[in-house]
Amino acid sequence: MSENRPDASNVAPGQPHDSMFSETLSYVLGLGLALVLTGISFWVASTSALWGPGVAVGLVVLAIAQMGVHLVFFLHINTAPDNTNNVLALAFGVLIVALVIAGSLWIMDHLNQNMMPMHQMMQMQR
Amino acid sequence: MTSEAATIGLTHSGSEDTGLGHRGPESKSIVVPYGFWLFVLSDMVLFSALFATYASLAHATDGGPISNQLFDRNLVAVETIALLLSSFVCGLAMIAAKRANMLWTQGWLFVTGLLGFVFLSIELYEFAKMIGEGAGPQRSAFLSSFFTLVGCHGAHVTCGLLWIGTMMAQIWAKGFRDDIVRRLLCLSIFWHALDIIWVAIFTIVYLIGTLA
Repeated sequence: MSENRPDASNVAPGQPHDSMFSETLSYVLGLGLALVLTGISFWVASTSALWGPGVAVGLVVLAIAQMGVHLVFFLHINTAPDNTNNVLALAFGVLIVALVIAGSLWIMDHLNQNMMPMHQMMQMQR
Repeated sequence: MTSEAATIGLTHSGSEDTGLGHRGPESKSIVVPYGFWLFVLSDMVLFSALFATYASLAHATDGGPISNQLFDRNLVAVETIALLLSSFVCGLAMIAAKRANMLWTQGWLFVTGLLGFVFLSIELYEFAKMIGEGAGPQRSAFLSSFFTLVGCHGAHVTCGLLWIGTMMAQIWAKGFRDDIVRRLLCLSIFWHALDIIWVAIFTIVYLIGTLA
């Protein structure tokens, strides 16, 4: 396994690669941060103390932060040189995901705006 | 080789890898999980298409029930905690497996599967309740996309549970052989990735969907 190869230039994603204490600490830290972020998400969604229209954006930001926590503390994706290939693959994945989601929403929003209202279409079909 | 690599400037400090293949391929313990990481990322691309579909159709309710009337945040909170703890315990299992500790590896893997089963049971209960109320996937475009997105995640969790059981049996029968440990690592990547997708689901579908 990789712990026997300290000079390795690559490391597998998800592979714990330190002493037992620091490995456990990483998972415990990740769990704590994820629990806090989840708690804030549920609080933000149910409170009326915040400005309504901003809540959805805040929730998305919290979700992205929590995904980051999972990537760093559970999947051990970080900025170390032996992790470069994993990070590059992730970056490409994020690019495609962003293109698919943003592109679909953009196109479907325009389609909705340009669509004839349903009752007009029914009248034309008569 | 080293001086040539330094001239080309493609190398990390202390590494002889020029990025040009002088060293040959990496060992299997790197290549296999990396390939699986690429699969997991492509799986996320698949989910992004389902998310885009859901977001486009979330208001196409055809006079049927809307998300505010269907979703129970307390149930979702329990599901979220169960899956998060499951992901955490899976990490503990990996720490034990790396040290070839049979008892703790099996124990943590069992807890991982148990928490995953709790998650899946709650999800199936929610689905059955919705379908019983006439809010099944054929009711509206919104519900079709909801069942596709969340059901696809649930199907992944089901596969993960089967995989956990298989890995427990393999470790028990064959011990911590290199190939078995590689499979276990792939399983942990898969399981953590499912939790990442669930973060997006509970935020977009359940929390944003039930804002007042």
